[in-house]
Amino acid sequence: MKSKFGIKEVVAIGIGTALFVALTEVQIPLGFIPNTALQPRAALMAFLAAVFGPVVGGIVGLLGHALGDALFYGSVWWSWVFPEMVAGVAIGLFAKKFAIKDGGFAVKEIILFNIVQIIANGLAWILVAPVLDIVIYAEPAGKVFAQGAWAFLGNIIIVGILGTLIAVGYSKIGGKTSSLSRED
Amino acid sequence: MSRVLSYEEKDTWIHRLSGVTKLIFFLLWSITSMISYDTRVLLVMLVFSLIIFAMSKTRWKQVGTVFKFIMLFLCINLIAIFFFSPGQGTKIYGTETPLWHLFGHYTITKEQLFYEFNVMLKYLTVIPAVFMFIVTTNPSEFAASMNKVGIHYNIGYAMAIALRYIPDVQDDFAKIKHAQEARGIEMSRKAPFINRIKSMASIIFPLVFSSMDRIDVVSNAMELRGFGKHKKRTWYSARPFKRNDYLTLAVVVLFTITAFVITFWDGSRFYNPFI
Repeated sequence: MKSKFGIKEVVAIGIGTALFVALTEVQIPLGFIPNTALQPRAALMAFLAAVFGPVVGGIVGLLGHALGDALFYGSVWWSWVFPEMVAGVAIGLFAKKFAIKDGGFAVKEIILFNIVQIIANGLAWILVAPVLDIVIYAEPAGKVFAQGAWAFLGNIIIVGILGTLIAVGYSKIGGKTSSLSRED
Repeated sequence: MSRVLSYEEKDTWIHRLSGVTKLIFFLLWSITSMISYDTRVLLVMLVFSLIIFAMSKTRWKQVGTVFKFIMLFLCINLIAIFFFSPGQGTKIYGTETPLWHLFGHYTITKEQLFYEFNVMLKYLTVIPAVFMFIVTTNPSEFAASMNKVGIHYNIGYAMAIALRYIPDVQDDFAKIKHAQEARGIEMSRKAPFINRIKSMASIIFPLVFSSMDRIDVVSNAMELRGFGKHKKRTWYSARPFKRNDYLTLAVVVLFTITAFVITFWDGSRFYNPFI
């Protein structure tokens, strides 16, 4: 892992986190369940994880969510911060397969990307987040699983549409300039 | 961007503390308030955090809008807890003292009110700590101090870049949004759902792509200056640990341990006044 963590990753984490935080205030409300909305920042995180890998995805999720919550809402809801990291790491694990930077993000990769993101989001929001909510905050199970399910639904929609589109677009642009590869 | 909390230069003993001290304080503080459901501990924490908050000389103007926002979320959350599980308090405390019957199986009980009061306290104890951490910590000093206590400077630097670029990215976002609105894109609630996703994409696309360019530019610049060549680096705004830092840390650690002991004294993390 150490050798893959270069300057580019440091900067990607930094600017990725900044983007994630800035996008925190862009939300489309989804129904009446509190604190769940369509969050474009989830799409951004999935995209960054798919481009830069699990370390960047995970840290952007963790740092971005914690910082974004702190800056905009003045409180950090830890049981929802860690799932964000889980989702980032899970999507990032398949970064090589997506080949976004090499311009290879075609139909097969798009399908894989969406399968991975649905599983990753399911793991994060249907499993990790409600369980942490119950363990840490002793909130009622019915409420947190409803919130988790909404968050899951919202995230797979936004990542599926917006995340996929960004990845396709970037893959098209990036593909032309990636004939040079960085030497390790 | 007045809606966002940000660092403001002032001269109090809290501002003079190292960023890492404040981070550790903040982490231990929020872990304690997360774990403990002991009303006594939470009340003491609330009083303490309000005192410290007052000492940091933070003005209402700096945090007011964000605070109102949190209160709104808090209310919605409390109502949602009742709506989904009106018997949660009874389940936790083991007794049932009905106060008013509303409808169906919705009865307000003393236990439920007490449980939700605790949830509210948990929120309220963390808020001043977060405010204080963000409003009093200089971002570059924070990155430097992170490295000083042994965290690799790559992480510290990533953090510094994040904090440094948040305003820039927000600026870009606002510019792109205005430009797209000038071209006739509807972003308000009036537009139908699918159109709003589309118009959001038309802002996020340029933003993400320009940020990806920015990642390239910044990392090339850093590479040219030899970033990451050595195991160590020096910092312009590093701040060494002083007497007050050690004192603060000692107090916080002591407090955390005491809070845990009191909380788990009777084997449960809930303080139960009903038995």
